[in-house]
Amino acid sequence: MKHLRGIGASPGIAIGPAFIFQKVEIRVERRDASNAAREWARIEEGLKAAVAQLEALARRVHGEIGSEQAAIFEAQLQMLDDPDLLDAVRHLITDRHISAEYALQMAGEEFAQRLADLDDEYLAARAADVRDAIARVVRILLGVDDSAMTGPTEPSVIVAADLTPSDTAGLDRSKVLGFCTASGGATSHTAILARGLGLPAVVGAGEAIQSVPSRADLILDGDEGVVVVAPDDATRRVYRDRQAHVATRLAGARAQAQSPATTADGHRVEVAANIGDVASAQAALEWGAEGVGLLRTEFLFLERATLPTEEEQYAAYRAITDVMGQRPLIIRTLDIGGDKQVPYLGLAQELNPFLGWRAIRLCLAQPEVFQVQLRAILRAGHERNVRVMFPMIADVEEVRRCKLMLREAMAALDREQVPFARDMSVGIMVEIPAAAVAADILATEADFFSIGTNDLIQYSMACDRTNERVSYLYQPFHPAILRLIRQVIGAAHKAGKWVGMCGEMAGEPLAIPLLLGLGLDEFSMSPSAIPEAKRIIGSLSRDRARKFAARTMRLPTAAEIQTEAERFLDTLATPNDVPAVSVSALSSKHGRSRPRPSAGDRKR
Amino acid sequence: MPEIKVAIQAPVGLHARPASLFVQTAKRYKSDIRVIHDERSANAKSILSVLGLGAGKGAELTIQAGGDDAEDALAALRSLISDNFGEPA
Repeated sequence: MKHLRGIGASPGIAIGPAFIFQKVEIRVERRDASNAAREWARIEEGLKAAVAQLEALARRVHGEIGSEQAAIFEAQLQMLDDPDLLDAVRHLITDRHISAEYALQMAGEEFAQRLADLDDEYLAARAADVRDAIARVVRILLGVDDSAMTGPTEPSVIVAADLTPSDTAGLDRSKVLGFCTASGGATSHTAILARGLGLPAVVGAGEAIQSVPSRADLILDGDEGVVVVAPDDATRRVYRDRQAHVATRLAGARAQAQSPATTADGHRVEVAANIGDVASAQAALEWGAEGVGLLRTEFLFLERATLPTEEEQYAAYRAITDVMGQRPLIIRTLDIGGDKQVPYLGLAQELNPFLGWRAIRLCLAQPEVFQVQLRAILRAGHERNVRVMFPMIADVEEVRRCKLMLREAMAALDREQVPFARDMSVGIMVEIPAAAVAADILATEADFFSIGTNDLIQYSMACDRTNERVSYLYQPFHPAILRLIRQVIGAAHKAGKWVGMCGEMAGEPLAIPLLLGLGLDEFSMSPSAIPEAKRIIGSLSRDRARKFAARTMRLPTAAEIQTEAERFLDTLATPNDVPAVSVSALSSKHGRSRPRPSAGDRKR
Repeated sequence: MPEIKVAIQAPVGLHARPASLFVQTAKRYKSDIRVIHDERSANAKSILSVLGLGAGKGAELTIQAGGDDAEDALAALRSLISDNFGEPA
């Protein structure tokens, strides 16, 4: 039995065999290339493909894990567009006639080494980013298949010198019990990703991990930062007990999340998930989603040369209804515009793509595209609980035209004697301020509303949240935003309609008491946010939430409202902590407090 | 060549969000812009080079710009830094 000590970077205990993660070494030979123009063209092509991969990865990680984790890949995107890096590569290719891959690796390594030499934890992580991003382009240029990277075949503790974000994101999660790395600190990528995945991790365990044999029995203690190699029976028993306690508590939290969301005084609200494909539908159920509040359909339309056929779309939607059974599933029609490249949609580069020809505007102008999707949705809804939702509605005429198109699709299906859902509920996204202000009018045509806060905030505050100089104006707690939300809910309820929310705000613990108090009926969020949301809802009576909302709505600034919301959330009961089981004999002397990501960290 | 001298007050130094803002601002100008810190010099439009300066909190920087819009660029960078990168005080 042997103890290795590192930093507990993500809490929890894993017990299982070690899997020694060996990187597939990509050997890049130095090769002379006389045709510099050709090599540079290869670089440009490789970069383009890498950017597409990273964008997809950032999107996936954002949906499945969180925005803090997605930011890692967004930073890598910025690096691949760095003028000094590209100049250095160009110089090696044109003046020294070096081949594309070698030039890229040489230049990238020089920048990475410069950052690593500064001996700073933050910059060391950026050095790892440069290397990870460059390796991705090199693999593309060499035609090395990413999936060839071998992961464990049975559930194991991953032991590695270091893991890049791409390594971690590429592992089959059902085979990973936890992570142990030789290098890295509490803010390293492995730490951030492991916390996002809810898996224990010990980082910075040093060179000693090289002595861990493949498949050796390991205990990984992410709370105390300890790894036990080949534990004796007594030690194993102590940890098994502790693991069992944690598992019971987790199972309790998940089981609790499986029951419907109910306020302390027995009032039902719906907690649903935002999803993008079949895999996320399954995850949604595991996390306790009562339905899907937003199925984004863009995934069917991106990265392809032709419009997906009705059959393709039907199969994709039906696969998701098969997972959801009779739970409600809201399918949002295509929400795409000039910021994306979709060759077959006739999109043009626009000066202001977010104020341009997109989403429902584009669909209404191209009935041949819209009809295909509406037919597929109507068919998928046959004997299922499917609802359709139209994005970016600004005006009631648009809703009427959408409903007309829907009736046309129904009539056609009827003629063809194809089964479909005849009484499908029709909702709209409320994300344009005009729609929020005139919600009473829209409520006469729509069966339900779903408030898209991400865009509602950007449009209302006239700020692009990705523009760092104005992103401070992106304030979900701004009194203007809260008034719009209150107004939308009030108008809908008056007309006997229900209101959901599918923006990020719906899953934000600080916002939930306020939204509950304003009368929101459905909260739709990323699956992993569900248990906490249900817990908050369950610890509050509707009356108390209402009083809190009424009080808060009188405050003049977002900062004051947020402070008030923080104070309020603190007064709610917190879940019981892990029962204390003594493991102090094993590890307490070197136990370091586990880092918790703070709001400040996330801002980075 | 016009130049200014500034000190970085952001707690994280010229890293993370401040570095990203700094580079985004520099990229809006045509002029060549260099940042000098402790005898190291970096292209202000390159995030990797700017991070490579290792300019922490309190670092004193010299920024030089050459080109038609050099004065505007320096003024913009100066106000970005003196506003503490838009972070509330």
